[in-house]
Order: sequence, then C-alpha cells, then structure tokens
Amino acid sequence: MESVSIKNLDLKFGSVEVLKNLNLDVHQGEFIVLLGSSGCGKSTLLNCIAGLLDVSDGQIFINGNNVTWQEPSRRGIGMVFQSYALYPQMSVAGNLSFGLRNAGVAKAEIRKKVARAAEILQIEALLNRKPSELSGGQRQRVAIGRALVRDVDVFLFDEPLSNLDAKLRTELRVEIKRLHQQLKNTMIYVTHDQIEAMTLADRIAIMREGKIMQLASPTEIYGKPVNKYVADFIGSPAMNFLAGRIENGAFHFGGGVISLDKYDFAEGMAGDREAWIGIRPEHVIVAEGLSKADLTVKVRADIVEPMGADTLLWCVMDGQSFRIRLDGQFVIKEGDMIDVGFSSNAVSLFDKFSEILL
Amino acid sequence: MQNEFTGPRGPKPRSIFRLSNLIVYGTILLLAIYYLAPLYVMLVTSMKSMAEVRLSNVFALPIKVTFDPWFKAWSSACTGLKCEGLMGGFLNSLFITVPSVIVSIAVASVNGYALANWPYRGANIFFTILIFGAFVPYQLMLYPIVIILRELGVFGDLAGLVIVHSIFGMPILTLIFRNYFSSLPAELFKAARIDGAGFWGIFFKVMIPMSSPILVVAIILQVTGIWNDFLFGIVYTRPEAYPMTVQLNNIVNSTYGEKEYNVNMAATIITGLVPLTIYFISGKLFVRGIAAGAVKG
Ligand SMILES: Nc1ncnc2c1ncn2[C@@H]1O[C@H](COP(=O)(O)OP(=O)(O)OP(=O)(O)O)[C@@H](O)[C@H]1O
Ligand SMILES: [Mg+2]
Repeated sequence: MESVSIKNLDLKFGSVEVLKNLNLDVHQGEFIVLLGSSGCGKSTLLNCIAGLLDVSDGQIFINGNNVTWQEPSRRGIGMVFQSYALYPQMSVAGNLSFGLRNAGVAKAEIRKKVARAAEILQIEALLNRKPSELSGGQRQRVAIGRALVRDVDVFLFDEPLSNLDAKLRTELRVEIKRLHQQLKNTMIYVTHDQIEAMTLADRIAIMREGKIMQLASPTEIYGKPVNKYVADFIGSPAMNFLAGRIENGAFHFGGGVISLDKYDFAEGMAGDREAWIGIRPEHVIVAEGLSKADLTVKVRADIVEPMGADTLLWCVMDGQSFRIRLDGQFVIKEGDMIDVGFSSNAVSLFDKFSEILL
Repeated sequence: MQNEFTGPRGPKPRSIFRLSNLIVYGTILLLAIYYLAPLYVMLVTSMKSMAEVRLSNVFALPIKVTFDPWFKAWSSACTGLKCEGLMGGFLNSLFITVPSVIVSIAVASVNGYALANWPYRGANIFFTILIFGAFVPYQLMLYPIVIILRELGVFGDLAGLVIVHSIFGMPILTLIFRNYFSSLPAELFKAARIDGAGFWGIFFKVMIPMSSPILVVAIILQVTGIWNDFLFGIVYTRPEAYPMTVQLNNIVNSTYGEKEYNVNMAATIITGLVPLTIYFISGKLFVRGIAAGAVKG
C-alpha cells in the first residue's frame, strides 16, 4: 500500500490550469522532495494533498483511503510552512497542543505528547514563551512540533528553511533528516535549494508547469536527467550545453569532434541527428587526466573564481560562455591558456528539438 | 589644517531655533490654537454666571467660578415645557449606543471573516452589494425605513434605533474587518484548519485574539458615530426616547425665555464628553489599528 497516491490530479484557479493530470506514488516512509522553478505548482500540490484546496479532478489516497473529499484535519497529515504560521497569541505549549485540544484529547495525554515532541525537538525550555519571543530556528522547530504531536502519517513541508540564515538552515536540514530516520514517517518536502533536495531526498520529483518531469533518486536525476530542462535545473554551477550533430558515432560541434564509443545510449536513440551535448562543469578533465579524454581543447581562462574547496573557471568554448570546476589547489590565473578535455562517458546528449535524453 | 584632534567629532550640533523648526512648530501651534480656542470659550463660559456672561468678554476667565450651569444642564434645563435636563437623553444614548456597537461589531466581524477566509458561492456579489451600500446616501432610505420599523412594530422605540444603527454600520465595518483578516497570513488559517479547528474555532481562538487593533478602531468608529448621530435619533424615536444629541439641540434652541449661554455651553461639553473620553483613552491604539488595517488590501 502506498503512503500517498495521487491519481490524475487536475487543479484549476478559474481558467488557469496549475496542475495537469498529475500522478505521484509515495512509498511508506519515503522522503520525497518536490523541486521546480517558482510558480510550477509545488505549493499547490502540497495544499491539495493537505486538503486545503479542492481539486478540480482526480483522486488523492493516503494509506489506501480515498481522502479526496476529506477534511484536512482528518487526513493524517501535518504541514510546516515557510512563514512558520504559529498562533501568535498562544504560548509554545498552546501552539503544540492546539490540534489535540480541537480533537478533544484528554489533558494528561496532551501533556505527555507535548512533552515528548518538545524533547525530540529540544524546545522544552521554550514551552511557556510566546512565538514572538523565539528566534527563526526555534519557531520552525515549534512548527515541526505541531505536526509531531498529532502523530501524523505524512509530513508536508513547504520550503520550511527558506527564511533562515545559511548556518541555521544547514543545522535544521540535518535535524530534519535525523527526525525522518527516527520517526520513519512519509515526508513530502518542497524546496528551491538543490543541496536540501540532494541531501534529504530518497527520490526527487522535478516539476515544471504543473507536471512531474522526472521522479527518481538524487543520483539518477544527477547522472541521467530525462531531458535538457532537468539537466539544466540540477547541478550547481549548471551544466554547459553546446549544439552540434551526431554522425557515425561521434558528436561534431564548433570545438571539435568527440567519439561516442563509451556513451551509453538509451534504447533505440543512437541514430544520426541534431543534438545538444551537456557537460557538467565538474566533469571537465584537466592536467594528468587528459590522456583518457576523447577530445582535448585549448581555452583561455577569462575569469577565475576561487571558492575555497574548488575554483570556478569561466572560458569561451565554441563561441559560448563555458564553466569549468577545478580543484581548489589548482594553480591558474586569469589570461592563462589551459588544456581541457571531455570524456564521452561523462556527458549527456539531448535531441535538439524534443530535448529528451539520448 | 584639521586633524583627528581638532576636526569635527561626535554628534553634529543643531540649534532648536533653525528656520525649519520654527516653521513646523509655528504651524502646529497656530493650528492647535485654532482648534482649541472654541473649546476654551465654551469651558470658561460654562463656569460663569449669566450676569457675568452678559458683561464680560468671551475670552475672559470667570471672575467667580460656578458649576451651577453644569448641574442645570444635567438635571433641570428646559426643552419646551419639560425641564429635566440632559440626564434622560444621556441614558437613552447609552441604551442606544451600547447594544448597537456590540451587535454591529459582532455581526460585521463574522461577515468580514467569512468573506476573507471562507470564499463561499456568491461571496463576491454579496461583497459588491455591501460596498455599494456604504456609498448610498442615508437620506434616500429615511422614509422606507420608517415603514419597515412600523411594520416590525418598533418604530419610535430604542430597539428600532438599535436595529437601524446596526444595519447602517454594517458595510463599512464589514469592509474594515475583511481587509484586516485578509491582511493576516493565509498560512495561519491553513495551519488552524489542519489542526482541526472549524469556522467558529478558528474565528474565536485564532482570529479574534489577533484582532485587538481592528476591534479598537471599530469600537471608536461606532461609539462616536452612533453617539453623535442626530438624524436617525430625531426621525426614528419618540420624544421620551430621544438621544442626547437631540435633547441638546432642543435645549440650545429653546425659544422660551432668555438664552442661557452658560448652560448651553455646559450641555454641549457634557454631550461631547463620551466620544472625547474614548479618543483620549484609545488615541494611540486607534492610530495603530488604522495602520494595521492599511498594511495590505
Ligand atoms: N489562489 C490562487 N489563485 C490564482 N492563482 C494561483 C493561486 N495560488 C497560486 N496560483 C498560481 O498557481 C501557480 C502555482 O503556484 P504555486 O504557489 O503552487 O507555485 P510554487 O511552485 O509553490 O512556487 P514558489 O516556488 O514560488 O512557491 C502560480 O502560477 C500561481 O500564480
Ligand atoms: Mg510555493
């Protein structure tokens, strides 16, 4: 039985179709991250699962029950918002227990559950404070605690860490991961942050214009993006794309020819055609690795950006701006000429027109 | 040459007698005098005896302070044949204002909450009609309402006036509450729904506790508006149910005998005392509430 199952979901705001025939199956205890550009419908999908929006068509199942018409509070979900959404006039304890009080749970039971959630999230000392007396990180812990006390089956997170500063974000990210390992609940998590997505997810769903383009493990999304959009979206700095043509098992473009002997074509995709080659900045070969390259090109270092652990190099390839990620120890300065190489088992090829992976 | 020992250091000296200060404070002072002068005249006149009023300059301080005009205005000033002062009117106004304020705010806050957070079918049409209602001139509806009140059997009673005030306050109050509730973060409402609170649960446990600024605004608007009302008071009530404003008018315009300016002044101040007190108590809250309501449409 799937934990959350969405069948042919449509959602319209007036005449605007935001979600189109969307299908998604989430396994028990799985951590799913929804990733996509702004306005692609991530929050809308989450709101539909929570029951905060009426769907225009389709069905939603949670633990095998059809909850399409069910009230939010009876779906067994808890939700954490970017803006925390704590009740400002209630104390932390009041915020945590609000759901239980509405459900008519006995006082002793409430006290026990609140104490347990507070312990897990390390907010015991804050129980009597008002939300306005808490820091952002503490507020978000309380918001998570609000879902925790209700013993929900599914946690929904809508960009929970976006309002926090970088250091706190990393801290809470790890904490959410730990929480997931400890509770083993299903979690559906919306974010813009690739690092959050890659580190937290069992599977990532890349969304675009109300559809899921790819649903796969982080490694697979990174290594085998189904199309150019996904390839472009995942990875930082972004993948480089160069236009060219596949002919007789080699890719021809303005910078030269790459033999594709080692490229793992998808079933039936190997013919001659116009195509894009996608090369991740971190997969460009330099120095001693060059002997194994399928093509070596000499480029000029236009801009060098040292970032500590690694160095980002900007150059021009085939008339286009091209990014290369080097080890931080690599010695190079602006204006230097450098040999760079590509290996055909570390590139992706996409059809020029349909943009799907070859 | 200036160096670190002789050059400017610390806060820049500023004279309080700069031109810009003189202009700003001068203007404020002039406006204050302009508004306070009539109040001053009323206050001093109300504490003079009639003999002194006849002789002295209106701006002069009373030579012998007396509170007799105040007592007379309260309990024995004459309106036509009856000489019972403002006391009865004060009680009438109280019995009109208190229930009207409570009823109108109770209904309008629920209205505004429903419009902002529970978009039901036809909500937009309802809202449009309501807004339209806020701009229809009262005078148009004076007579139709007389008929309605008569049919309901409350014409001339305080109850009738309470109904009228509650209804007329509805459009603007609903608008204010709707805007305020719309300006609260939508996630709060969503979180409360997930926590299992229903329509009334969210209203009383989440929304109302966050609404004190806007409640203060609504109370002030309604108390002053209803207390100061004259037109509805004179049209929809019988003489024994007249509100204070109507009685004040009758005292001041009484053609019987000599015009007692000192009593008239005292009566006017007494009548204005309720709204004035409300302003003094809640001036700061009022401004804060207006600002809170204006943050987002
Ligand atoms: N209440 C609404 N009425 C009309 N359109 C809406 C409403 N809510 C969202 N939309 C539209 O639906 C689309 C998807 O919105 P949604 O909030 O789901 O995006 P998102 O993927 O969460 O974006 P972000 O990453 O910026 O949060 C957007 O184009 C938005 O303009
Ligand atoms: Mg969103």
